[in-house]
Amino acid sequence: MSEHESTYVPKTGVEKWLDTRLPIIRFGADYMSLPTPRNLNYWWTFGGILALCLMTQIVTGIVLAMHYTPHVDMAFASVERIMRDVNGGWLIRYVHANGASMFFIAVYLHMLRGLYYGSYKAPREMIWIIGCVIFFLMIATAFLGYVLPWGQMSFWGAEVITNLIGAIPVIGEPILIWLRGGPAIDNATLNRFFSLHYLLPFAILGCVVLHLWALHSAGQNNPVGILIPKDRTKKDMLPFHPYFTLKDGFAIILFLLLFAIFVFYQPNALGHADNYIPANPLQTPAHIVPEWYMLPFYAILRAIPDKFGGVVAMFSAIGVLFVLPWLDTSKVRSMRYRPTMRSFFFIFLVVGVGLGWCGGQLPDAPVIPGFGGVVLLDGNLNSYLWLTRLFTAYYFLFFLVIMPFVGLKETPLPIPATISEPVLTGADAMPALAPASPEKKG
Amino acid sequence: MAETGVIPEGEGDPNRRDFIHIAAGAAAVGAGAMIAWPLINQMNPAADTLALASIEFDLTKVQEGQQVVIKWQGKPVFVRYRTPAELQKVVTEGAVGSPPQTDAERTKSGHEKYLVVVGSCTHLGCVPTFNAGDYGGWFCPCHGSHYDASGRIRKGPAPLNLIVPDYEYTSDTRVRIG
Repeated sequence: MSEHESTYVPKTGVEKWLDTRLPIIRFGADYMSLPTPRNLNYWWTFGGILALCLMTQIVTGIVLAMHYTPHVDMAFASVERIMRDVNGGWLIRYVHANGASMFFIAVYLHMLRGLYYGSYKAPREMIWIIGCVIFFLMIATAFLGYVLPWGQMSFWGAEVITNLIGAIPVIGEPILIWLRGGPAIDNATLNRFFSLHYLLPFAILGCVVLHLWALHSAGQNNPVGILIPKDRTKKDMLPFHPYFTLKDGFAIILFLLLFAIFVFYQPNALGHADNYIPANPLQTPAHIVPEWYMLPFYAILRAIPDKFGGVVAMFSAIGVLFVLPWLDTSKVRSMRYRPTMRSFFFIFLVVGVGLGWCGGQLPDAPVIPGFGGVVLLDGNLNSYLWLTRLFTAYYFLFFLVIMPFVGLKETPLPIPATISEPVLTGADAMPALAPASPEKKG
Repeated sequence: MAETGVIPEGEGDPNRRDFIHIAAGAAAVGAGAMIAWPLINQMNPAADTLALASIEFDLTKVQEGQQVVIKWQGKPVFVRYRTPAELQKVVTEGAVGSPPQTDAERTKSGHEKYLVVVGSCTHLGCVPTFNAGDYGGWFCPCHGSHYDASGRIRKGPAPLNLIVPDYEYTSDTRVRIG
């Protein structure tokens, strides 16, 4: 936390010399010794995993940029050349491509963790808002990157996404042409998307620094969701290193196992086969589907039978996250002590996954095969169109109605005064496990 | 400081020192805007992409019931030779779509059997699939818009009928698009 006092003592002559001129070792040492709540569970390891994901994407990305040619005549072939001729090129490309999916798996779990444990609530609003900015930049970056191989999905994804901006009344069309650099998606578009795909990860990196800075000023949240009183710091906190560096490290190894299974055994499972067909500006593939991590937002766009309305709904689905700290009226942070809200949260979880599932289906296809159903307005009730609308309605209701309302009405369970209390007074209480300064006891 | 005595007190609001601050600030904003504009404008279409092409097309290449897709200004143009049944259907439906249009408003008189439209879905720009959807025209696979055989939007999120480009008949069997 901000009042965390420096405990670094320079030992060697070089350290002493450096400490009065550029206290960079002190900065790092203070960072690593940050008091961290003892009760963090494995849902708290995704921050470290995400940092790893970002570095993986940046390093493999820079390597790929050494071999990739951002020109419509050569882009697809240059990616195939990376796969066939560049030493280990197939590995680097598959790591980069699957790395994007892993990045999104981790970020969704990270965000849901924050949602469940109330990590966005005062005094952590800035951490959450910067996180939302990072999420938005991640989507933009992943989209720009997907365009680069110049396959069919690349081309038509670019067509649809840039057209989203064209849906804005009056100013949409000039911005669309400005974004594309011409009347249609062409070389000018690909060329600039390459440049921006290189730039944005560094903007994300900058936001991550702010994210961590805000985290270190407001302090870590914890599963109990209470602020740790100053006099309990010694009892309820542990230094970040070595306790949490090792815990994060263990989680990272498990995560890398999953990552490796995809890269080495199922490298194309998360991608779309049509992106192995070179872009054709005269034909949209019949089975066009966005990348899996965009599917829930794609489903929301498609649920609205109006062009601009759909675009507004889709961006609102992300925009609502920015004001989340002010929509939740409850004083209790962790949903562990909010049984009513917890039920709504798990419905939200199902709805979120459901939206993604709907996004992968044809809107007119029946949800229950062989069952007639009733036509309501522009679609059969027994179709993914109406199921998507139901889920979309819940998505927005959850944030805009349920969250403010339940926060005011519910009666939370008794909240422990300290984070040690639930451990020490529970059935499995083991007082021997709570020494005053465990880090000093070997 | 020595200068403070030089500025008379209560010289009016804004005084001379305020004026120089405001002027310098305004100049900085102006200079910033002048630097920003070329950085933004470089992304607008370059001279080599601005050239507006017009193309000629020989209609005898299209068989009855068939569609030919040609590329014009980077976009597909559909040239469809409609069967009498399709033509009959779209004419009897009268003015439908968005905006409501009759088939005659979308073709050249004397050449009703040929439909020439820009093959970009008016929703988010995908190319609709020929002879698919609920209205015997096109179906857009991206977000499920249905068009009839006159290219009018009948169902789905697309806001407008398929655009009819500027074109004219240079002879009985040739059209010039653009």
